[in-house]
Amino acid sequence: MIYLNLFFGFLKVGCFAFGGAYAAIPLIRDIVLSYGWLSDEMLTYMIAVSESTPGPIMVNLATYVGTSQAGVIGALIATFAVVLPSFIIILLVTAILSKAIKNKYVQAVLRGVKPCMIGIILATGCWMIAKNLFSVPFSAFDINALVITVILAVLYFGLNQKMKKSISPMMLIIISAVLGMAGYAF
Amino acid sequence: MKPLWNLFLTFSKIGLFTFGGGYAMISMIEDACVEKKKWITHDDMMNITVVAESTPGPIAINCATFVGYKQKGFAGAVTATVGMVLPSFVVILLIAKLLDNFLGITIIANAFKGIKLAVGLLILDAAIKMIKKMQKKPLPQTIMISAAVIMLLINIFAINFSSVALMLIFGGISLVIFLTKGNQRKVGDKK
Repeated sequence: MIYLNLFFGFLKVGCFAFGGAYAAIPLIRDIVLSYGWLSDEMLTYMIAVSESTPGPIMVNLATYVGTSQAGVIGALIATFAVVLPSFIIILLVTAILSKAIKNKYVQAVLRGVKPCMIGIILATGCWMIAKNLFSVPFSAFDINALVITVILAVLYFGLNQKMKKSISPMMLIIISAVLGMAGYAF
Repeated sequence: MKPLWNLFLTFSKIGLFTFGGGYAMISMIEDACVEKKKWITHDDMMNITVVAESTPGPIAINCATFVGYKQKGFAGAVTATVGMVLPSFVVILLIAKLLDNFLGITIIANAFKGIKLAVGLLILDAAIKMIKKMQKKPLPQTIMISAAVIMLLINIFAINFSSVALMLIFGGISLVIFLTKGNQRKVGDKK
């Protein structure tokens, strides 16, 4: 049963993740949390690991969730399922339906789906930050987390805008790991 | 070198050495498949990037499938896609075995507490970049904001509502608006 759930869960992710990796994160959270496969915390750690290891983030996450639930076979099934929809769609588009994607009705639907996706990603980002600062349900407040978040935000957004020098996501993760070790050590 | 083997090696190299996914991979694919191997033209690459943006799934997979298909048909598509996925699959498989043990070590657990904060920022940043690229028109902006508000409420009150359903609803609304406006205006045909 777990194999079927993994397959259909990640098939859904593969079908609806418009806009690449970050679009997949809210969808994967949805599925993983609703089945209770991983805690929100473990999933967040894994997003960071996926970001710092090579390859498409979506594939990395599928492999990890699959492994954690059902070993190597689970990993194979989840990865296969997440890749399958885009594989089939690209084959169809290149081989037969090159016009279909430009069809005005298809485009009309996509014009609704894409901004909605962006809104979902925005909400997910805000929610994850809020949840890190206040331990849900908003009982305590983590001052260390606030300080680290502010430093990271200033480094990441500030430097990118002022110095025209960008910190890569991987660099940000490395810095955050160092800050975490320092900040939570005492 | 046999063409299929060549496809496999090229894409597994890209899969192994590209960090950060998505757009980082597109430039690697362009470099390997257009400049070096001349498997596809620059125009092909532009076209597939546009198609990749309007279809779901990892952009890198979309590109691999496309290049593979152009080279060697269905077998080529399978070979290139598997080549692309295999390295990260193996890497994550190894990490998954180790991560649980690592998290037992206090200093690493603390590092991950910091990392958790960075992930939220990265997701927020991805959203901001997409919003900047979005058309500045009332309809997409209204959809974006309403979706964000609904999604936040769903999270705060722990409502069981799938984001896929939300996307389908807004896709439907957008289609209905398009149909009721009549088909005189040519929207979306940018080319």
